[in-house]
Amino acid sequence: MSDNKKSFLIINRKAPYGSSAARDALDVALTISVFEQPLSLLFIEDGVLQLLPEHNAAAIGQKNLSANLAMLEMYDIDQLYVCSQALEQRGVRPADIKLNITLLDQRGIAALIKQQDQVLSF
Amino acid sequence: MIFSIVITGAPYSSQASASALQFSRSALKLGHSIHRVFFYADGVHSGSALAAPPQDETNIPAEWAELAREHELDLVVCIAAAVRRGVLDENEARRYEKKGHNLSPNFNLSGLGQLVEAGILSDRVVTFGA
Repeated sequence: MSDNKKSFLIINRKAPYGSSAARDALDVALTISVFEQPLSLLFIEDGVLQLLPEHNAAAIGQKNLSANLAMLEMYDIDQLYVCSQALEQRGVRPADIKLNITLLDQRGIAALIKQQDQVLSF
Repeated sequence: MIFSIVITGAPYSSQASASALQFSRSALKLGHSIHRVFFYADGVHSGSALAAPPQDETNIPAEWAELAREHELDLVVCIAAAVRRGVLDENEARRYEKKGHNLSPNFNLSGLGQLVEAGILSDRVVTFGA
């Protein structure tokens, strides 16, 4: 399998709660990491809200997603890209996000997607 | 080209599974191959043998089963997503002490590793989402 590597990009489009998309994407990310494939995560649209710290998910009877996001580091998933326009539209400052992220504009996002072998969108 | 297909939308609520069927038929017709179809999240309901849509509507699980028989497709349903949503094969029904099981015989339950393996071995993975 070692000479058979593919680069994967997971695009996160949905808010952390309200649908299973964020959790589903994270489970796939951890599995890709177990298979030791190059992996990047891109957060666009409402997906940028997944990155905010201190979710109080218990208040709506959900499991907290931030704990899983903390696992990214443990799995050496450190290529995190965020759409700067999506942050701006939602009033989120890059400094509010406690993870090590790279901001991208639309052109940067297009270039990132183009570099990948496989793109999965949630 | 070798394709794999990922479906995350529920049949009938979203067009994901129906569109994926059409895409798969076209790809096969044009001489491409499909390494695997992976049903994830609400997409797992496409594997239910108990779906009984009105006769003038497409029976999506039955159409997948038929396409799989014709082309020996590997239809994999994510086991974690499926058991949560009550799509069980005989083994899982026994494990969780349920009275019945409903996974269509042309589908198999397996893990997310099957999705990643499909990504590694295919030229393109196409996602049909909600």
